Amino acid sequence: MTVNMTKGQAISLQKSDGGTLTAVRMGLGWQAAKRRGLFGSRTREIDLDASAVLFADKQPVDVVFFRHLQSDDGSVRHTGDNLVGGVGQGGDDEAILVDLQRVPVHIDQIVFTVNSFTGQTFQEVQNAFCRIVDETNGQELARYTLDGGGQYTAQIMAKVSRAGSGWKMTALGNPANGRTFQDLMPAILPHL
Amino acid sequence: MTAELVRGQNHPLSRNRVEIRVSAGAAVLALAVTGDETGRPAGPGALAHPGARALPGLEVPDRVGDRHRFTVDLDAVGAAVHRVRVLLVLPPGGPARFGAVAAPHVAVAEPEGAALAAYTVTGLDSESALVALELYRRQGAWKVRAVGQGYAGGLGALLADAGLAGPAAEGLTAAALGLTASGDITLAALPGGAAPTLPHGPRSPYDAVPGAPEGPAAPAPQPPDPLPAPAAPHAGTPGPGTSGGPSSADTLGGPAGATAGAAAAGAAGAAGGPPTIDYAHPRRRRTSAEAPEPAPRTEPAADPGQPPRPVAGDASGWSMDERLYNQVWGMFEDLARTVAAYRGAVDFADSRLDRELDAALSDPAARLGGSANAARDTARARRDDLVAQARAVLDRDLAQLTAEAEVVEPALPPAYARWSAPVWHGRSTPAEAPLALRLGDLSLPERPELRIPMLMRVPLERGLWIDNGRTGSEAAMTMDTDRLRRAAMDMAVAHAVRLLAVHPADALSVHVIDAAGAGAASLAPLVRAGVLAAPPAAGAEGVTRTLEGLTRRVDLVQMALRAGAPEDLPPDVDPAEQLLVVHDFPHGFDDRSVTRLRYLADEGPAVGVHLLMVADRDEGSAYGPLLDPLWRSLMRLSPVPDHHLADPWVQHAWTFEPDLPPRDSRVLEQALERIAQDRRSARR
Repeated sequence: MTVNMTKGQAISLQKSDGGTLTAVRMGLGWQAAKRRGLFGSRTREIDLDASAVLFADKQPVDVVFFRHLQSDDGSVRHTGDNLVGGVGQGGDDEAILVDLQRVPVHIDQIVFTVNSFTGQTFQEVQNAFCRIVDETNGQELARYTLDGGGQYTAQIMAKVSRAGSGWKMTALGNPANGRTFQDLMPAILPHL
Repeated sequence: MTAELVRGQNHPLSRNRVEIRVSAGAAVLALAVTGDETGRPAGPGALAHPGARALPGLEVPDRVGDRHRFTVDLDAVGAAVHRVRVLLVLPPGGPARFGAVAAPHVAVAEPEGAALAAYTVTGLDSESALVALELYRRQGAWKVRAVGQGYAGGLGALLADAGLAGPAAEGLTAAALGLTASGDITLAALPGGAAPTLPHGPRSPYDAVPGAPEGPAAPAPQPPDPLPAPAAPHAGTPGPGTSGGPSSADTLGGPAGATAGAAAAGAAGAAGGPPTIDYAHPRRRRTSAEAPEPAPRTEPAADPGQPPRPVAGDASGWSMDERLYNQVWGMFEDLARTVAAYRGAVDFADSRLDRELDAALSDPAARLGGSANAARDTARARRDDLVAQARAVLDRDLAQLTAEAEVVEPALPPAYARWSAPVWHGRSTPAEAPLALRLGDLSLPERPELRIPMLMRVPLERGLWIDNGRTGSEAAMTMDTDRLRRAAMDMAVAHAVRLLAVHPADALSVHVIDAAGAGAASLAPLVRAGVLAAPPAAGAEGVTRTLEGLTRRVDLVQMALRAGAPEDLPPDVDPAEQLLVVHDFPHGFDDRSVTRLRYLADEGPAVGVHLLMVADRDEGSAYGPLLDPLWRSLMRLSPVPDHHLADPWVQHAWTFEPDLPPRDSRVLEQALERIAQDRRSARR
């Protein structure tokens, strides 16, 4: 069962049995560009990147992206950069795994973003989506379809933040423009 | 010598008439079942039990008991028998599961003689019958394998799994156990079930050689604190980028640091034929075609909410050594990261406190109204609260890592173990070069007593440099020069002995350059034992000769490799790995020798020539920046605790402590005696 969240909607990451979520995964998938003509390697590859920015009291203290695949404390891990995309059939081409129990105590918000590193807008990308999955049971918590999303090259997707002793997730779904997460910082700050 | 087996491990048998010795924590029944090439019993007659004790070549005990001995004559079992399995069964009336009693211990021994191989069956829980070990025929020779497969369903389930049809298995079970239950056989104090149970009692006197390495999951005694007290007090908390010493923080390579195989290219095929490529790792016995050693079973957590109890070897890998190596690096990374989380939280708490104090004080209205004090107290409380939370998380993680270190440390093989570990007293000749080498211990100031073994892959990709300069670190500053130099050279000798001891005989040659003879006192044990390739080279002449010899070897091996014929070396070239220990550099070195040394440091590791320098960088300063690349290419170690090493993940400054043989122990001499003896027998 997929819960399609609408923009701004917040859900508490509590399981139905009262336990809180312990691990979430942000998945990003898209279809590789069609091969062109004779020199196939000159196809304009599409490279989307998933990033997670860790905030403590609205200050960014760590970031997990393709140049820094694991947060210093080891709680947030990126599975590795995919430069070309996949077959576009729903599998994640890049994923960021968050072990919520191990997130350092001072980190109170984690924001997930998607950027088009090669500059194509989401209009040009086929079958692109990003989603948040409960890693313990594979249940999808939120999903956005990115293609046909207009002339944007980035999206501030969602944030998980501390709520009481557990965590809650807020769907942001805010389109933006930028090559890496750094370009998005001004756009992220209002959401904290 | 007893080989202590772990689950799945096999061991060749040197004789075909052996005695099986069983000691268990409760009264058990020892049975044997024979099998054909596929392991299946030929029929109900293939089980030897108290009702039908004898099979060709073996006879099982007729009663239950916590000690059993019976003989198996493998020459007499018949040509159709390829497997003899030793079964242990808990008879009805006693404890119902093996998890409730001490782990059974099974040994294969010479009749009335020493044990050849032994196995402690650990990790059992609800099983009431188990296959302890199996003797099996492999290419005409008999071997023993530690099986340890238990069955909660009892003997019936075991026999059914072995391939006996259901009714036959049930009938046999009734026959085997019925006899015991009916009282035909003397039941040694079975009615209470208590008397023979020795939950943590001593093992039988004959089954273990004192000091023999324990099985990895066996409760081995925690070795005593191994390091002699550092000669200088521990310098305080290291800041990042400490030690304004000669070299900046030296980052350790990650565990994946591939070993550059020296002879990567395979031998050329038949004369004129195309060279065949050997894809096997040059120094690894195991290939992916062979089944890996099975992993130890993780013990279930005591409580569902608790983290699982750590087990030695709980990591991926093909062999136990590789698993332990990966586990140690995993602990290293986890400690680095958990401390990074703690330090990050504390830094944040401190900076937030500063900000809030500034805000409280800069507001004049609050200052007058007296609410500034309240704001200040709140800010401090917020800081203390966050730090306390971070500390709680850190303590939880450190407790888990400490528990893991406690089980991992005693399970380490000699190449990874401390000098004070019991494993160093066992007599063992390695069959192959080790995967890695322990260079010392690493710790962080948050928990100095939690020490991670610093393991480096062997063959060493980088040379080692033991810094005997006093300007290298704070601890070295407080020592006088002579003691520091002696400590550095002792450490170099300990590393050389360790390398020799964990390589097969004649697989490693050690050369020493000690131009002025200043290291003679430290080198004496090596010289006495006669394990050096040549006496320590003295004088400018000796330096030149040694370096020339090694340079020639590097050139020849490189040429042979390039020509695709690594086997075709002149007969006077030693095919073994070479270790060159250089003391007192640059005394006795002329410009030519310095160039040769740099050449060896650059080109040597790829063709099996490794460098261990004991030097003070300041003494080579006359050469100016010429030597900087040499120092940079070496891994710097210090003979006293120092904070110059950084981990590859978050670049903490780690405290490195050398691991030296305990001062009053003869472990070094004993190891040297063994090495000398092995070499003599290998040459004979």
